[in-house]
Amino acid sequence: MGEFAIGQGVPRFEDPRLVRGGGRYVDDVALPRMAYGYVLRSPHAHARIRSIDTGKAKAAPGVLAVLTGSDWEAAGWRDLPVPGGMKRRDGSPSYKPRFPALVKDRVRWVGDYVAFVVGETLHQAADAAELIEIDYEPLPAVTATANAAVPGAPLVWDDCPGNVCFARFEGDKTATDAAFARADHIVKHRFVINRVTAATMEPRGAVGDYNVADGRYTLYAVLQRAQGYRAELAQVLGVPESMVRVVAGDVGGSFGMKSAIFNENPLTLLASKLIGRPVKWTGTRSEAFLGDAQGRDNVTDAELALDKDGNFLGLRVKSLVNAGAYLQPGMPAFTGNLGTLAGVYKTPASHVDVTVVFSNTNPMRPYRGNGRPEAAYVIERMVDLAADELGLDPYELRRLNMIPPEAMPFKTSVTFTYDCGEFEKSMDIALKMADVNSFEKRRAAARKRGKLRGIGLSFTIERAAAGGFEGAEIRFDRSGTVTLVSGSHSQGQGHETVFKQLVCDRLGLDPNEVYYLQGDTDQVFFGEGTGGSRSATMAGSAFHLASEKIVVKATQIAAHLLKLEAADINFADGIFSSAKTNQTLTIQEVARAAADPSKLPKDMEAGLVSNAVFDTDTQNFPNGCHICEVEIDEDTGEVEIVDYNVVDDVGTVLNPLLLHGQIDGGIAQGLGQVLMEDIRFDADGQLLTGSFMDYAMPRARNTPAFHVESNPVPTKTNPLGTKGAGEAGCVGAMPAVANALVDALSVLGVKHVEMPATPERIWRSIQEARAG
Amino acid sequence: MKAPRFHYVRPESLDATLGLLAEYGEDARILAGGQSLMPTLNMRLSQPKVLIDINRIEALKGIAVHDGMVRIGALARHVEVMNSPIVAEALPLIAEAMPHVAHVAVRNRGTFGGSIALADPSAEMPACILALGASVVVDGVRGRRTIAADDFFIGLYETAREPDELLVEVLLPPQKPGHVSVFMELSRRHGDFAIAGIACHARVAGGVINDARLAYFGSEAKPVLGTRTMAILNGKAWPTASNEVVNAALDEDLDPIGNTFGSPATKLHLQKVLTRRVLDAAVQRARAP
Ligand SMILES: Cc1cc2nc3c(=O)[nH]c(=O)nc-3n(C[C@H](O)[C@H](O)[C@H](O)COP(=O)(O)OP(=O)(O)OC[C@H]3O[C@@H](n4cnc5c(N)ncnc54)[C@H](O)[C@@H]3O)c2cc1C
Repeated sequence: MGEFAIGQGVPRFEDPRLVRGGGRYVDDVALPRMAYGYVLRSPHAHARIRSIDTGKAKAAPGVLAVLTGSDWEAAGWRDLPVPGGMKRRDGSPSYKPRFPALVKDRVRWVGDYVAFVVGETLHQAADAAELIEIDYEPLPAVTATANAAVPGAPLVWDDCPGNVCFARFEGDKTATDAAFARADHIVKHRFVINRVTAATMEPRGAVGDYNVADGRYTLYAVLQRAQGYRAELAQVLGVPESMVRVVAGDVGGSFGMKSAIFNENPLTLLASKLIGRPVKWTGTRSEAFLGDAQGRDNVTDAELALDKDGNFLGLRVKSLVNAGAYLQPGMPAFTGNLGTLAGVYKTPASHVDVTVVFSNTNPMRPYRGNGRPEAAYVIERMVDLAADELGLDPYELRRLNMIPPEAMPFKTSVTFTYDCGEFEKSMDIALKMADVNSFEKRRAAARKRGKLRGIGLSFTIERAAAGGFEGAEIRFDRSGTVTLVSGSHSQGQGHETVFKQLVCDRLGLDPNEVYYLQGDTDQVFFGEGTGGSRSATMAGSAFHLASEKIVVKATQIAAHLLKLEAADINFADGIFSSAKTNQTLTIQEVARAAADPSKLPKDMEAGLVSNAVFDTDTQNFPNGCHICEVEIDEDTGEVEIVDYNVVDDVGTVLNPLLLHGQIDGGIAQGLGQVLMEDIRFDADGQLLTGSFMDYAMPRARNTPAFHVESNPVPTKTNPLGTKGAGEAGCVGAMPAVANALVDALSVLGVKHVEMPATPERIWRSIQEARAG
Repeated sequence: MKAPRFHYVRPESLDATLGLLAEYGEDARILAGGQSLMPTLNMRLSQPKVLIDINRIEALKGIAVHDGMVRIGALARHVEVMNSPIVAEALPLIAEAMPHVAHVAVRNRGTFGGSIALADPSAEMPACILALGASVVVDGVRGRRTIAADDFFIGLYETAREPDELLVEVLLPPQKPGHVSVFMELSRRHGDFAIAGIACHARVAGGVINDARLAYFGSEAKPVLGTRTMAILNGKAWPTASNEVVNAALDEDLDPIGNTFGSPATKLHLQKVLTRRVLDAAVQRARAP
């Protein structure tokens, strides 16, 4: 179907609505008699609560309810979900902290949940919260990852020794030790991967509405996966899932942060039940910094063993990862992505040893890439460090060690078996795009202008669309127009566009006659959702299968109507035809007939509706080459990214415009972390970066135009041949930008710059290099 | 967060405003563009009892030339100053600095007077008026005072304005022939508050610098003049005046305060870098026709 065919850069159907303010976000939900909730958060990183007196707050004007940990306990609702099933180093089960929606006797991070005040207005609730009298006994706190596991560190959970939540191992220790024993070179480095926050454009929010009449709970929410959300909520509330409805409209960014339920969800529902009115809570930006789950944050020691020619023999990685104060759903999932450490290399032996520790900081959740960018950063920095130490060309060192296409499928020494990919070819295209051959000329010219110019390359690969399933539904109505029901939920990615495009391409429909529906558990049966770069693969394939089912049934109906055999019917561009007649039928005509049993074959059920599930136990491996060029002002440490080229392989490209959007946004987040984004706490655990004045996000001015090309190698693991694209940009960008920075500074003898490479940090590293 | 409870008054005249200020003093806060005040209220960092909205007072508006001085009314918005032909012509330093003040949306509301009254140590306009040797006019029921910019900035967010006084206007001498001005700052991203910066005004001829006024901001508790540096530069050709001597003078002139954006040592270094660049630019601009 021409302009809407798969592979066309169809502009987003969502945009006219969203850019004109027609979005329907959770804060746009307004219900009759709605009241407003306000969370009172802990001002201490760690303290015992000796007493809470809510008397004055309850008496304040407009106050409808003041809930504390005791009220939560009294309600008899369960803890929020806490992942389990992992093990500690000695094989004992992972530590599973309690996770009530409101704490009772101890706070564990600045922002922890102490009370929930509900008022006629938000202001009344906020004013009343200030009247709650709490007697805190401050305790020593630990925030820095490296300090959390030090013997004698303050314990976040008294019965969790050493603050260790769980440990995880990958690879083969014996083989790796043997590889190191015969290595000619061993390159070692410690990386500190800092903590960042998702900073979604739309803060978190919720509207809880308990209906006394039918005893059903409705939550208007921000989410990534409607059905999973409902299941978690039903579990907390202790009611059957059918008694809970979750509805999400537009969601303004999530990146993993909104993936599971959070404390305010059941709090609005409990408050609604107690006061008999709907209760809205909307987070402010300040609260987003204080209360949102955060991402990344680990300290990693890596060692790469090489022979004298530069062949990688073994990789050893030991990582200490910060979980924050509680263990949140999805947090441990990063361990599933450690496989990214293998990179695109043949390295025969690897061993990865991860320890996850608690600290008095915001709990952690997945954040765009969830372990992938961190791992990609480590391996791709290590390759550059090795090239530098051995005096080898970093591109040739990669070429030497890359897995060739003929070796596919290739089982790496960490976790994954890659199915396909043309790494060397993608790198060569990128090297050409970036005109790497004449880089030294550009470096020299920059030097004359007083600038240090550097170039950095990364070649990264990550797992996308991890095994699982997703459902999709195509519903023709009686007039022949269509509703698509998607289990996958958009947080801005453009699901509506791509899924409409896919179905319109397959069924020859006019997208103006197609309505897209998502995010309401009363209407969507499936709803595994978005995350881990899975939607195009999972929901896309489900829509593909659903389209096929539609074609099968519609062909039978068309054959019946044309009095022919189904085998004689052709279907293309929405039209059923046959060599045996000059009569044709449109799919709309067939759909209308399908609604009328008298027009159907005897045993056929009426309706043209199909439900399909794509179910797989495999995954795919998007990969790509990023080349970044930077200029650094030697006097001030200021960095400018002057060129950025990408060659990606995300398999079949469904929509290049949206793909570039994903890659560009991912790069911006990756370079944001490497150059400026940073969540910082002071020694007492107070958040130092609590606003956008202190927490710097990259702006358009900090990002050049990104040149993105594709070298698609379609995967056979799903019917569309797609690989995930959501996280790829971020994964490639962190190491590419970091490698470029170090390359620029290498003339001064700098070997590494920690993230975020602020001007101050760069300037200091220049000073330190000069001082020897 | 949302602001705590406060009373709001919007007087229509200067006299009424001064009366209110006399009545409430420390308990009152002037509301001009609100770009700095509203965030501190919403974050509950300050809790004044009364907000006096001065946005209706005509006497505080406008930019004009009077008796050989440029008068910028306290309520002149940053955007008006930025687009003013008078400022472009007579105050090239301000014209150069204004695009560094925040972003379009903030400049549309934020006021010149608000910026001077607030005296944020990283703000551009206080440094500019200091470099230009301007004066600040404040008014109150006890009378009107004109305070030299040199005496106006006292400490961190602290000025010579008394709580019962209103900043009404700033008087600035137009740039004279033979003078140049240069503005430079370093910030994390364009539009952010400065980490280090200099507003410079000097007479430059044949590469020789005279009567230089270098106002440093971003690194100290308040905008400060680099008096020793200025003295060393006086009457000398730049860059013949040795960098080391200038740097030594800056060590004396400045005493940077560290924050999350830079340690004292980094800030001192950056001010030295900027000094060199500013003086290079001054000499170059004087040469250009
Ligand atoms: C995101 C952001 C970025 C910013 N970046 C910069 C920047 O880079 N550089 C910069 O200089 N500024 C910056 N600002 C501040 C901005 O320039 C403010 O507008 C300015 O500092 C204050 O002006 P205002 O009119 O908004 O004052 P208000 O916020 O209304 O008032 C500020 C203070 O001054 C007092 N005040 C105001 N007018 C008078 C008066 N006439 N007499 C006595 N007291 C008075 C008020 O009582 C209050 O205490 C930024 C602001 C924001 C929100």
